[in-house]
Amino acid sequence: MVRRKKTIGRVVSQTMLAEDILDLRLETFLASDVMPGQFVGVYPAGADALLPRPISVCDADREAHVLRLVYRLTGRGTTEFALKQPGEVLEMIGPLGNGFPVEEAAGKRVLLIGGGIGIPPLYFTASLLSPEGTREYTGGRSGKASSITSVLGYKNIQTFMAPQFAEITDLYLATEDGSAGYGGTDLDALFEIGRRREGSETVADIIFACGPSPMLKAVKEYALIQGVPAYLSLEERMACGVGACLACVCKTRNVDAHSNVHNARVCTDGPVFPAREVVL
Amino acid sequence: MNTKVTIAGVELKNPVMTASGTFGSGMEYEEFVDINRLGAVVTKGVSAVPWPGNETPRVAETYGGMLNAIGLQNPGIDLFIERDIPFLREFDTKIIVNVAGHTIPEYVAVVEKLSDQPVDLLEINVSCPNVKEGGIAFGQDPRALDEITREIKRHAKQPVIMKLSPNVTSIALMARTAEMAGADAISLINTITGMQIDIRSRKFALANKTGGLSGPAIKPIAVRMVYQAAQAVSIPVIGMGGIANADDAIEFLLAGATGVAVGMMNFHNPYATTEVIEGLEEYMEQNGVEDVAELIGGVKE
Repeated sequence: MVRRKKTIGRVVSQTMLAEDILDLRLETFLASDVMPGQFVGVYPAGADALLPRPISVCDADREAHVLRLVYRLTGRGTTEFALKQPGEVLEMIGPLGNGFPVEEAAGKRVLLIGGGIGIPPLYFTASLLSPEGTREYTGGRSGKASSITSVLGYKNIQTFMAPQFAEITDLYLATEDGSAGYGGTDLDALFEIGRRREGSETVADIIFACGPSPMLKAVKEYALIQGVPAYLSLEERMACGVGACLACVCKTRNVDAHSNVHNARVCTDGPVFPAREVVL
Repeated sequence: MNTKVTIAGVELKNPVMTASGTFGSGMEYEEFVDINRLGAVVTKGVSAVPWPGNETPRVAETYGGMLNAIGLQNPGIDLFIERDIPFLREFDTKIIVNVAGHTIPEYVAVVEKLSDQPVDLLEINVSCPNVKEGGIAFGQDPRALDEITREIKRHAKQPVIMKLSPNVTSIALMARTAEMAGADAISLINTITGMQIDIRSRKFALANKTGGLSGPAIKPIAVRMVYQAAQAVSIPVIGMGGIANADDAIEFLLAGATGVAVGMMNFHNPYATTEVIEGLEEYMEQNGVEDVAELIGGVKE
């Protein structure tokens, strides 16, 4: 396992992708170690806000040491990050969490399901698994998927990152207000795909999902019905980010080996869990 | 230059330890700090059987600190003995096990299971504000504190530290009560009961509604209480509450603490414990302090 550390990242660029959605690129050595589905903790500078903000990695350029974080403006911490200019520095801790088991997707039809701010972390996964992509991993977890379908759900027409997903995946869009793609949720779109591809038994061999908990609950049910293994990236309020404080737990089907109760730590045992192992 | 301190007959290489609940049993921070450097590791509270803790959200950030209501989730004493103690034995540091329970027999069960274990000190948590029974109930009533302290002293093979709550009217009275009942040392402060409401959702920030406030925001309260407790007793006092750096730690020593613990600030700076040790040594060198004992209770009237 890669050693976690607290270090710094220097802002390379920051742009706004949609209302309250920021795209931050940071030069940091953490970029060379991070895996898809992992996250970093970014610290606000003020002494009033002391806890790291968990932000999933959207992409990482290992050679240039550039980490890409796409995050939503939600409060005190992210407002400060949004004001950072190129050249400025942010303190951060990482790499945190386990990440998606991308090695299990080699040679398979992969289905990515993302909702809202859960969409960016799937991009790193897609870019490494994409048969069209040229990226390879270091660290032996290599292998391309045979195909990647992505189903991305947004609130409205502000479908950030959708063009990028379209380049490397077979993309289906859903918007809650019907302004783009399917009107409805990701799952509505998914059933529509199923109808269209009548004849083929299932759409995918493996599912990776990240998004709000109602969506993850629906994905879990969908995967169960389809008989396809699914991996869900969960979110929970965190403090330490390294597994010590036991703040960010999720409920588990079986007794967890570390906690010895039906709780797992989202920050350390997750954030990615096999759908069948978590109680949502 | 001597940084060694002795607490209840146990010699620590320096006065710096971890505050219970903020450092696990050290495994999670081993990547960041050399555990051999620490005076002692104080473990997360452990109970007779596994406890699942509270519902989430369990934490909320506050100005200069945080609220937590973990609810003492822990794997239970049996797994703790099998896994956590052997891990800590690998390091050249003292082991202080924090003990939790709902009732006196539950505390005693843990204390008895630890009796033949290679543990240096016990810290009895009678001050957790986040569990429904036990915890703080023993730490807010002098009679209850007296009873549990005596009962634990009857069963404990290791020296006993009673960890006191700041949620009391007179900390001096509670400190004195613990001492009279036979405690070998006291530690304080545990967290201060607080609450936060999200004005957008109009909901409580914590599922438990109330939580314990910790972090630099509580430091002046902690320094005051450590001073008052140290004035009231002759047993060693371990001080904590918002320690972020060596300056803070020295402040607690001057107030009368023999040991100091870094808590919530481990979450902000995972290197905080060892930085405090280095900063303390630097301060002693720069100020011609030969022995850390010169600092303990050294505040000038």
